[in-house]
Amino acid sequence: MGLLGLAGAVPAWARGGDLLSGVARKGFDEVSGSNIDLTVARSAFSTGNRRGGAIAVNGSIPGPLLRLREGTTVRLNVHNQLEEDTSIHWHGLLVPFQLDGVPGVSFPGVKPGETFTAEFPVRQSGTYWWHSHSGLQEQAGHYGPIVVDPAGPDPVQADREYIVVLSEFSETDPNVLYDKLKKSADYFNYEQPTWTDDYPLSGAQRRNWARMRMSPVDILDITGSTFTYLINGHGPADNLEFNFQPGERVRLRFINSGAATYFNIRIPGLPMTVVQADGQNVEPVEVDEFQIGIAETYDVIVTPGNDAAYTMVAESMDRSGMGVATLASAPGARAAIPPLRDPPLLTMADMGMGGMAGMAGMGGGSESMPGNSSGQGAARPGMRDTSRLPADVEVGPGLAMVSANPVDRTGDPGVGLSDVPHRTLNYRKLRALTPNADRRIPSRRMELHLTSNMERYMWSFDGKKFSAVSDDPIRFAYNERVRVKLINDTMMTHPIHLHGHFFELVNGAPADRQPLKHTVNVQPGGSVEFDLTADEPGDWAFHCHILYHLVAGMFQIVTVANPAGDEA
Amino acid sequence: MKTFVVSTIVSLAAGTALVSPVSAQQHTGHDMAQPQQSAGQAAQQCAQEAQRHRAMGHTVPDGACKPKPEAEVEMDHGSMDRSQMNHGAMPMAEGQTGMAMPINQSGQQVPRMDHGTMTDAPARAQGMQGIDHSAMQMNSGADIPLLPPPPEAGSGPARAAIPIWGEEAMNEARQELIRETDGGKRLWIQGDRLEYRAREGTDGYLWDVQGYYGGDIDKFWFRSEGEGAFGNKVESAEVQGLWSRAIAPFFDFQAGIRQDLTGPKRTYGVVGFQGLAPYKFDILGAAFLSNTGDITARFEAELDQRITQRLILTPRVEVNLAAQDVPELGIGAGIDRIEPGIRLRYEFVREFAPYIGIAQGWKVGRSADFARAAGEDPSVTSYVVGLRFWF
Repeated sequence: MGLLGLAGAVPAWARGGDLLSGVARKGFDEVSGSNIDLTVARSAFSTGNRRGGAIAVNGSIPGPLLRLREGTTVRLNVHNQLEEDTSIHWHGLLVPFQLDGVPGVSFPGVKPGETFTAEFPVRQSGTYWWHSHSGLQEQAGHYGPIVVDPAGPDPVQADREYIVVLSEFSETDPNVLYDKLKKSADYFNYEQPTWTDDYPLSGAQRRNWARMRMSPVDILDITGSTFTYLINGHGPADNLEFNFQPGERVRLRFINSGAATYFNIRIPGLPMTVVQADGQNVEPVEVDEFQIGIAETYDVIVTPGNDAAYTMVAESMDRSGMGVATLASAPGARAAIPPLRDPPLLTMADMGMGGMAGMAGMGGGSESMPGNSSGQGAARPGMRDTSRLPADVEVGPGLAMVSANPVDRTGDPGVGLSDVPHRTLNYRKLRALTPNADRRIPSRRMELHLTSNMERYMWSFDGKKFSAVSDDPIRFAYNERVRVKLINDTMMTHPIHLHGHFFELVNGAPADRQPLKHTVNVQPGGSVEFDLTADEPGDWAFHCHILYHLVAGMFQIVTVANPAGDEA
Repeated sequence: MKTFVVSTIVSLAAGTALVSPVSAQQHTGHDMAQPQQSAGQAAQQCAQEAQRHRAMGHTVPDGACKPKPEAEVEMDHGSMDRSQMNHGAMPMAEGQTGMAMPINQSGQQVPRMDHGTMTDAPARAQGMQGIDHSAMQMNSGADIPLLPPPPEAGSGPARAAIPIWGEEAMNEARQELIRETDGGKRLWIQGDRLEYRAREGTDGYLWDVQGYYGGDIDKFWFRSEGEGAFGNKVESAEVQGLWSRAIAPFFDFQAGIRQDLTGPKRTYGVVGFQGLAPYKFDILGAAFLSNTGDITARFEAELDQRITQRLILTPRVEVNLAAQDVPELGIGAGIDRIEPGIRLRYEFVREFAPYIGIAQGWKVGRSADFARAAGEDPSVTSYVVGLRFWF
């Protein structure tokens, strides 16, 4: 603690001292019990040949694992040793709204030198995580895992269990990363089409992308050009190892704590059986690879065989880098690390043209591009036909694209995984393990458009940044059941997170088996629907979990009225 | 065409569901209790689906769910364009009233299947069934009215936290949150062209710098251009201060003042635009009204062509126009000057890119006459080396 205490005003790395002297530990301790202390402090971090400033909680990155038990009450003390305000949001935990940890929505924030205490009953079990909700602190290392053990027997049985926290590290300050994006949105993208690339794009296709002023490789805003991808705080050079005995059932709790990265997870040679999504148990489904959205969690069971080792690969969705760890039957055992695959290209469907032009959507096909579209009325990709938008969407410079035909894409495995030669996960494969409580048909529908202008790096809901709607929250009556449709009028995938609730994905499962989620990916140019029972009164944050989209304006407040019909 | 595509998808879906028992055998080695479909279950589900489709008013032939011998349901998934299975087809299906839904998969549309590629049949089967269910859901969703929140949802700003944490503390935090999620204000300065110009006679130099300070919509924009020959006085120099407002996704409207710093004192009012045109041309246009009443205009366009991720070729053209002769400035009515150029830069980092290139300057028409009269060559070719930077 002494060392951390010193870090207050001028961090060690900024004083010009040995960067490694005040460096955060990689990986995390476990904290449990009824009273838990979390100390947030400036630190430094180093992996491979990248090193820089960071924020560590209890001296490690990720911060400590909160191991809680369903049915108990926990008291969490957040000590702020930063020189700025901080906060902790318990992502996925059902808590009273005033303890949810979002400055300006649920509470005022934790001032420098102060302590915030959140005490609440633990009402659920599963895999979750916590992170700062202040500025861009999460990117700097202010995050960690939560596991809540069930009060009764766990329907998922395993011989061994590991937590796999995925994240990124950049030696550049997150505020600088954001500044670069605002000034030059493709700043970090080194996979752009060039005269010398080998993308399967014809000249006509390239010209059409240029005509639209868009890019077929606009997959992730920030890439491996500055990010080192971490698994439990370990970069690829840090040799992270998970041990196993052959034949054991190993439970892996994947948490995407990244600020801006979708990961594709695979363990070559080892099928994964998904048993939980966003902390909620699902019917087992076996896959060979799955895409995990930012802030999502997936628990999988693997049963390693007789191979000495298996490589766990967490490849960034744009394939500019990967996090790597090893499942090893003996210390030091290693398996081959597969090379990065070719970067994917966006398709017709990603432009909101799903179901059009014969749906020959893959980037390589001759029919895959706008301009070759034959028919379907006047709809042409890249067009901004604002007549397709409802009146409450503000049409301004912050809205560059309108999806002409946004379709439900819950059956797609995610950008880049449509043509991999093995089994992938998609939302339609998720079924709640136990029946959901609320089987009412929603009494109303609402729609929300995800809107952007990539060129100006503006992101919003319904064309309005939070600053434009800060006095006009999305309102629900208490216990109201509403079907919410999110329509993506952008070419990026957005992980949309509603605080304080689980909603049920409308994914084709019977109404009582729709999977429960706290974060849902809305694929480019597509749509997704969920059923929400608004039974947690208070003000809740609702936002895109790409941190840089959040701070660019893709944020709103959801207000759920009290049972009495009044507020607070 | 639409109908055909939809039919094919449904056929494939049904076919895949029936195929799943085959691949289930491939999975017998796994110890997880993976729900697998038996042929009977598949047929039953298919029958249920058929019933639902009939309920929707779609015609479904009897016997559509009878299992076929394996040989008949073979499909080549390897050759099947996955994109054609795009579930986006379903909304169209909604629009098709009274459409025939041929669940019978024995038609000619169903191609041969290669079992060797069918490792993920159960997964696909599940996904495919999802389509049909989803279509049902979407239909039922259409019955749910699109409505604003009921009165019980309350109104006004979100204020639940105020009674708990106090009005002052929450208001302050709310203001900070609004500020923090508004995109921010920032300062950007870019040297587009800072170059040495080798040419006949005395070599020269040129600067072309711009920048802004502001937020997403409104910015203060400034610009400065000038050039000269080494050893002589600066030939031309100007600065502009503009209000720049985003008026469209890719364009800003700009208005302000330009001040010439050399030659006869001139101040201009400026109205123009700047932005990104289709095909990713960076373009700029401005009209100038001088304090002596002269009207001139300028148009610039350039296009970044990536040769590699860091080597970028940029053709550029600038055209200056005038509504009247301005002999003092050597400007003739009509097209005054045309200045094409091409530059090849290497981005060591995005912000720092040295370049080489060729720039041509032509004075045209009466401007050329003015130049000749002054003993200048109206056509000048320069070989340039320079630096592009921004921060």
